Amino acid sequence: MTINTQVRGGLLREQMSCFRKMEKVIVAMQDPDMGIKMRNQRLLITVIPHAMTGVDVITWLTQKYRIGEEEALHLGGMLVRYGYIYPLKEPRCLVLQPDDSFSVFFYSSFHFPSSAIFLAKKNIRKQGELMEHEKERYSLLHKRINHTWDFVVMQAREQLRTSKQRRKADRIVLECQEQAYWLINRPPPGVQSVLDMGLERPSNQNLRVPLVSHFFFLPSCNLFVKYCEQYQDHDPIMLGCLPSNPWISDDSAYWTINTEIVLVPTRLRVERWSFSFMELLSDPMGRKEFMTYLEKEFSAENLYFWQACEEIRHGESSKIPQKVEDVYKNFLAPGASRWVNIDSKTMDKTLEGIKRPHRFVLDDAQMHIYFLMKKDSYPRFLKSDLYKNMLSRAMVPQESKKSVFPFMRRQRHSSPSPAQVVAHGTEEDERTGGVGQAGTNSTTGARV
Amino acid sequence: MSQDPLEGCRISAGKKSAVSLGKALHPPNLLVVVEGTCGACVAASPVSAPEGSCSYNVAHHHLCVCVRVCMAWQGLQKGETLASLKQESENLRRKLEEERGKLTDVELHQVAEKVETVAALSIKTRRVLKGHGNKVLSMDWCKDKRRLVSSSQDGKVIVWDAFTLNKEHGITLPCTWVMACAYAPSGCAVACGGLDNKCSVVPLSLDRNENVTAKKKSVAMHTNYVSGCSFTNSDMQLLTSSGDGTCALWDVESGQLLQSFHGHTADVLSLDLAPSETGNTFVSGGCDMKANVWDMRSGQNIQSFDNHQSDINCVKYYPSGDAFASASDDATCRFYDLRADREVAVYQKDSIIFGASSVDFSLSGRLLFAGYNDYTINVWDVLKGTRVSVLFGHENRVSRVRVSPDGTALCSASWDNTLRVSRT
Repeated sequence: MTINTQVRGGLLREQMSCFRKMEKVIVAMQDPDMGIKMRNQRLLITVIPHAMTGVDVITWLTQKYRIGEEEALHLGGMLVRYGYIYPLKEPRCLVLQPDDSFSVFFYSSFHFPSSAIFLAKKNIRKQGELMEHEKERYSLLHKRINHTWDFVVMQAREQLRTSKQRRKADRIVLECQEQAYWLINRPPPGVQSVLDMGLERPSNQNLRVPLVSHFFFLPSCNLFVKYCEQYQDHDPIMLGCLPSNPWISDDSAYWTINTEIVLVPTRLRVERWSFSFMELLSDPMGRKEFMTYLEKEFSAENLYFWQACEEIRHGESSKIPQKVEDVYKNFLAPGASRWVNIDSKTMDKTLEGIKRPHRFVLDDAQMHIYFLMKKDSYPRFLKSDLYKNMLSRAMVPQESKKSVFPFMRRQRHSSPSPAQVVAHGTEEDERTGGVGQAGTNSTTGARV
Repeated sequence: MSQDPLEGCRISAGKKSAVSLGKALHPPNLLVVVEGTCGACVAASPVSAPEGSCSYNVAHHHLCVCVRVCMAWQGLQKGETLASLKQESENLRRKLEEERGKLTDVELHQVAEKVETVAALSIKTRRVLKGHGNKVLSMDWCKDKRRLVSSSQDGKVIVWDAFTLNKEHGITLPCTWVMACAYAPSGCAVACGGLDNKCSVVPLSLDRNENVTAKKKSVAMHTNYVSGCSFTNSDMQLLTSSGDGTCALWDVESGQLLQSFHGHTADVLSLDLAPSETGNTFVSGGCDMKANVWDMRSGQNIQSFDNHQSDINCVKYYPSGDAFASASDDATCRFYDLRADREVAVYQKDSIIFGASSVDFSLSGRLLFAGYNDYTINVWDVLKGTRVSVLFGHENRVSRVRVSPDGTALCSASWDNTLRVSRT
């Protein structure tokens, strides 16, 4: 039971697999034991046998797939949109209605070869009742296949005559089916086409060359569980955030108290620095605190070195030779002001590589220093008084009080665009126009 | 002649253990690369075998050892043929599989049995961004957590402040189907590309009178449409994926191609950069139903997964960088453990018939948001494998879902010409 769909340029794989799956649903629906109980539906004065109501469809879907009613309505709606079941009452409207009087019928494999014949039939049957877009199409087709128009009209008359011999019920069903078919394949203007599949993707299925590459492991699924548990309190979508989620309250206080550099960081933020070394380094405030700590320990050159290496790795290609030169002078040359302690093997290799500087020439050295900091300085930092003080001084924001008039919408303040912030440094007072009509008022301090 | 190269090999768990390989190794032909990828390993960079020697010491914590065996052809030795070396490789592979089989393979949801279930979520749309005249194909958040850039089928790229609904910049590209867009880490530029086979970087000008489009600079050039793009850790490098089956790394300043990645046998539809501390890998997914992990430095394909049964539309890393998820036209999303080198969870339901187009994780990685071609967004519990919630609202396919950088909201772009920002 398939719909003969017209696809531009060949069959797309997703379309086929979707249709196959929808067909499976339809087949299950028609199962004599487990399917939908079909009954006679009354359509004005005609009785259509073997039809079902919208409610039947939804109930059946809810039970079979164990889903909610909203989802069943949505899924049923998709089946109607693609024409697998179609409405009998209002055949123009391919939307599933969850009511008792809405009848639907299964699409059977009738073949509708020509939209010209369909429109011609309609024209003959109901003079002047074609819709605007149908009229346009009718005249377009008339022009295009003018030489065979007599044949089209003849076919249309013939089909109408044979259909008159059918039982009224069958006739109605068939008419609705054909209408649905053409609604899907020639959607009226402004209506999206369900057959729109986007860009075509060629199916290039060359033979795959197997890689000889395997990895050993011992169960690491625990790591995911641990990670999720550790970050759960920090996940605003799951547990909310304090003082409030800006998207709910229209108050951007949450962002203000968490900007890059603040006087007093939040407790959650400081806690996060203890989750991993990467967390500490990626937070500018965390990195600053860590640097302060390293200065005390007389090992700050490590962090400076790491930062310089990062700049080389991610910076402009043209500046690489100069930057590498600077790094050598400051960190690697014998007697350098910030000499870093790298093992001799890595040092030799790096010095050799510097002769022909490229983006990754300092990778080994950087890695060595990174892990040195991670193994040594980082754990001590977490145990240090500096960190402990930060933690105790850190603030826990109050949940924002609900405003007296809860339905009054807060004014949403705009913030300066990052692009603007950077340029302001170079363009001094040359601010032409600013960004957006809302101006550049940014909230200062938390507004609770 | 075909000795088992792993004869005499002991791999054991524990704080300090040695992987010593017996003399059966043929040094000139087999290069054993040992890498520690767990966070605690000291020797994080490849330690290659100096010629002739056959033993390595690897201290590994958290019980993770990665052994990768590559074949390095350095000329056939006397008496060896291609066939014999292939046989050797086969033996090695079989031996590795055996060892692997001895270790228990667990599924993620089994491990997560004792974890608390996620409370029912009620997610509401808080903002609807209207302004595109045609299907919205892609979007990306800015690091400032409230701005975003979106691109559409009619060639328009818009930068919004999603919080105030202000449209801040509008860029018109001369091509249709702009499938890729990305916000630069500094917030000062955006990248976009599509059917023009190029990916361009547009600096965001503050001057209202200036034509932003005029400053557009072509960076990437492919031989087919550009399907995805992403800046690396800075504004200076751009990674792109293309319908020509390759991914490429570009220097933004000069437009130079820094590295290209070949291995997919069909269109590459998506890519994502790993959030790892060494920051050197990324994953891509394509129409060949495979998800590949690449080393950005060498251009090598280091891991490959072919579990999907149809095109992979989107790939996204888990926040820790140890795993990633994929969305496919086969109506499933899957979760892969990179250390275990295998798929550990499949997110599917009988009632979900239409392909998944996009995925993203919540901040903690517990929730997976997936957009589908049946206009819905399903929210999955990553650990337990169950569906937590389903969001309706869009009136056409969902083309992209992205969680904001601080995890406070979810943005979804759709073929119904709108973007929606939702939260619980």
